[in-house]
Amino acid sequence: MSLRIVVTVKYVPDATGDRHFADDLTVDRDDVDGLLSELDEYAVEQALQIAENSDDDVEVTVLTIGPEDAKDALRKALSMGADKAVHVEDDDLHGTDAIGTSLVLAKAIEKAGYDLVISGMASTDGTMGVVPALVAERLGVPQVTLLSEVSVEDGVVKGRRDGDAASEQLEAQLPAIVSVTDQSGEARYPSFKGIMAAKKKPVQSWDLSDLDIEAEEVGLDGAFTKVEAANERPARTAGTIVKDEGEGGKQLAEFLAGQKFI
Amino acid sequence: MAEVLVYVDHVDGAVRKPTLELLTLARRIGEPVAVALGNGAADTAATLAEHGAVKVLTHDASEYADYLVVPKVDALQAAHEAVSPAAVLVPSSAEGKEIAARLALRIGSGIITDAVDLEAGDEGPVATQSVFAASFTTKSRVIKGTPVITVKPNSAAVEAAPAAGAVEALSVTFSDKATGTKVTGRTPRESTGRPELTEAAIVVSGGRGVNGAENFSIIEALADSLGAAVGASRAAVDAGWYPHTNQVGQTGKSVSPQLYIANGISGAIQHRAGMQTSKTIVAVNKDAEAPIFELVDFGVVGDLFDVVPQLTDEIKTRKG
Repeated sequence: MSLRIVVTVKYVPDATGDRHFADDLTVDRDDVDGLLSELDEYAVEQALQIAENSDDDVEVTVLTIGPEDAKDALRKALSMGADKAVHVEDDDLHGTDAIGTSLVLAKAIEKAGYDLVISGMASTDGTMGVVPALVAERLGVPQVTLLSEVSVEDGVVKGRRDGDAASEQLEAQLPAIVSVTDQSGEARYPSFKGIMAAKKKPVQSWDLSDLDIEAEEVGLDGAFTKVEAANERPARTAGTIVKDEGEGGKQLAEFLAGQKFI
Repeated sequence: MAEVLVYVDHVDGAVRKPTLELLTLARRIGEPVAVALGNGAADTAATLAEHGAVKVLTHDASEYADYLVVPKVDALQAAHEAVSPAAVLVPSSAEGKEIAARLALRIGSGIITDAVDLEAGDEGPVATQSVFAASFTTKSRVIKGTPVITVKPNSAAVEAAPAAGAVEALSVTFSDKATGTKVTGRTPRESTGRPELTEAAIVVSGGRGVNGAENFSIIEALADSLGAAVGASRAAVDAGWYPHTNQVGQTGKSVSPQLYIANGISGAIQHRAGMQTSKTIVAVNKDAEAPIFELVDFGVVGDLFDVVPQLTDEIKTRKG
């Protein structure tokens, strides 16, 4: 038996940097350093754990869509222990929205071959959290999403989804699309050996024609949504700060009473 | 007047507050037609009618509880075909966003998630979103198909607006994909008796400075004196001091209450992303340099173990 896992990852602007919009109202990717989205590290980690706990022959492929720099995200995932990588890169992809992203991912996942797809719960820049559900809809396979625990055995994926009202146990036959939360388990750090090994691992590059996608289907022109304005939120006006010298709690209560909260 | 589909989030017929907020927003665009599914669906009608639903489409089947997401997408798609609405509005829960996304793909539409406001526009509804950890505000539109928009809790006031609320049975045929992901077990979350975190008018949160699960009782005591929900920073959740369902921040809940009280929370970007849009922010932290103080309307530099109990006592005294 073999198990082919595809992990989707995104290269995002560092959330601790000064993120802003470019002139065309897409996310500016030039002025802030990029990195593998932290939430996708959990997806890589779960793929590696499934591989380590399996008696089957497991192959873990990491897949990203993005400009040249996005290779950094793939290198990080390879250095954590993934086997190989696919980079979908095409100038016509600039400005692609969630619907378009799901099209490109679905085509690339099919071309790569898969039994299980693992994604993070959301990207740290767009933060929509809908791409795994969209990919499942496109591929017509079960979505087993937002898991804080996941396991694979005998062609069945199982997991726990912690919702607001209840915690649910889920189960689906492979092939399936899984997403995991930041509660699924700390991601490992790449070892020195892992970093060296990653340099020799294969990274394939595909463009839109490799995936039989027309330029009009993606990018800003193909988008189903349009950002019409983006404005920086005005800085909050400086508040009152007091040092507690025994009456701090009472002073705070006085403030809250003045604001009619008490 | 155009009709607007509103997906109803309810628990056994009890409508949750974000759905009522959605009805307020839907009335800006057209006539709200509600879609209620699953156990107790028909029981939602009276409340929905009070808040402006001209029609309530209902359907109950065991599939809604037994399988994940897809049966609800099938039903919402059936409602979309039956009504041909001007827009589809869905509460921005994790499940709501997944349902909305799959619907959008099926009906050839774009999707906007996590709107914090919605207005009618000449070319369709315009959604306001708060992005990059709430440091930017954007205005966006769906430009292809029927706009599908998910809206965050606390984005609009609940308003009484009596309407007919006529109940109609929705006819739903489940797709062969509907039963792909089986729900094999469900453990309902125990009620704490406190308000829902995302819906609360006041949120009291604790972070690393609380320094232990047992110390969260002083955070809870302050919350209870104000009738508030309890939140926790990621540091406190990762340390195992408080449940993940209470986490405020990028990977937890994003809240926008009237008042947010941060105790022993430094205010890292991860946390700010989830609370920065709160109307009034106060903080207690012993580190005068903590970034949280850049956000506050009122801050106390001090030991939370001194300040918080004193504050709780003072609130109780004032409330008598």
